[in-house]
Amino acid sequence: MNDTLDVVLRLIAVLVVFLVLPLLVGQTEHKVMAHMQGRLGPMYAGGFHGWAQLVADGVKFAQKEDIVPADADRRVFQLAPAVALLPYLLVLIAIPVGPDGFVGQTVDAGLIFVLAVMGVGVLGSLMAGWASANKFSLLGGLRTAAQLMAYELPMLLTAASVAMAAGTLSLPGIVDGYHWWWTPWQLVGGVVFFTAGLAELQRPPFDMPVADSEIIFGAYTEYTGLRFALFLLAEYAGIVVLCALTTVLFLGGWHGPWSGSAGWLWTLVKTALLAFVVIWLRVSYPRLREDQLQKLAWTVLIPLSLAQIALTGVVKVVIS
Amino acid sequence: MNLSAAAHPGFLSPTGVEITFVLIGLATLGAALLTVTTRQLVHAALWLVVALGGLAVEYLLLTAEFIAWVQVLIYVGSVVVLLLFGLMLTKAPIGRSADADSENRLVALGVAAAAAAALVWVVVDAFRTTWINLHGAVQGSSRATGESLFRHWVLPFEALSVLLLAALVGAIVLSRRDTGSPADTATPADTATPADTADVPAPAAGKEHT
Repeated sequence: MNDTLDVVLRLIAVLVVFLVLPLLVGQTEHKVMAHMQGRLGPMYAGGFHGWAQLVADGVKFAQKEDIVPADADRRVFQLAPAVALLPYLLVLIAIPVGPDGFVGQTVDAGLIFVLAVMGVGVLGSLMAGWASANKFSLLGGLRTAAQLMAYELPMLLTAASVAMAAGTLSLPGIVDGYHWWWTPWQLVGGVVFFTAGLAELQRPPFDMPVADSEIIFGAYTEYTGLRFALFLLAEYAGIVVLCALTTVLFLGGWHGPWSGSAGWLWTLVKTALLAFVVIWLRVSYPRLREDQLQKLAWTVLIPLSLAQIALTGVVKVVIS
Repeated sequence: MNLSAAAHPGFLSPTGVEITFVLIGLATLGAALLTVTTRQLVHAALWLVVALGGLAVEYLLLTAEFIAWVQVLIYVGSVVVLLLFGLMLTKAPIGRSADADSENRLVALGVAAAAAAALVWVVVDAFRTTWINLHGAVQGSSRATGESLFRHWVLPFEALSVLLLAALVGAIVLSRRDTGSPADTATPADTATPADTADVPAPAAGKEHT
């Protein structure tokens, strides 16, 4: 009975994190983008600096009519947002926040689990792109698939490099084995992982699949109301997951001064800083063209990640 | 098994795991049948996701965690995405395709039954007396899997990777279209081929369906 209660409490905690952190990132994006562009951003909703803007947006989305295009494949069209969103909820379960079991559930092959489930989320975009019966959606879906296939590989290779360094696939195990010199050692891998993750989330500058000036909103063009909001939520949940994963794999997770008592805070701070970088990149870089996207993945990121694996292997053999 | 059931009054008793295993197996079988019988191409790919995911859950129930996640990563995350990419490139229509039936039902059924019989026979014969103690130490952890893979099965593993490399080289050879003299495989031919492959299949596939 106690075990059941423990599991339920952990799951509820993960759910709360899943519902709160993406909204925080979204609100931060509003404000940070606004200030970087020399304006104020939302100021009215909720009174103090528009803190309730996203809540108001949510209410607005919930009130809108849920439209399914006449020629669409109804079931696939309606199922797609759930397929896009739920994997990120599952992934959050396995990400360690603090030492001594401060994690939803310890998964033995946690690293593989996280990458596998994140890959499933992209199926949602593909389903949406195909089922909408819209040429812009179809183009968006195609671009999503091409992008995923190109960027999944460097992501896996760099994650494998970290697993080699730590000698384990378990995420808490990886953070446990962390030393400060891992960050410079795995620096190239970390940058490649983060970049490939951005591309997998279709965040700027890798937002070719949803390029609004060319194909309206890619695979999500035909969506309205709550289902559209779910896709947006999936994007922000993806940012949280990617930043948390980069923190855990490359930045030492809970390690830092007073990590015994405030370890979870370190994880959150590092994650938040990376989320800020994600927003910063959106404001400062123009969108990459499709061919530039593919070229970057195949001629830069994959060779770099292979070099990182070689470096990891050499150092590992030398120090052991 | 009964003894361990009495010793571990958990959420799922051993029989519970077995019942779940059978139920998931049935669902996987159903999804697999739908994959090969549905007339809607993209639905077939999506049912394949369900079937492969069900298989991953079966691995998980047998405590082979690493294999389960690799199954999801490779098959659901990459192979099906590749399939869907191909289907979208050919503008797979929404709704039924009349020509999605190869009229080979009986032969296919025969081949499938024979393959299934051979596999079931081999597996049952090989693992007849092997039992997995689901409540003991995890036997499918990544450590256990890695040790058995790289200690006892290194040669098959390497042979497989050579096979995959051969398949890769073969695919490249097949997809090169320079039927002309080997001298002019320079830039003009190379730049022309991607444009051709991008333009030609889509209208052609569209015509077939109308």
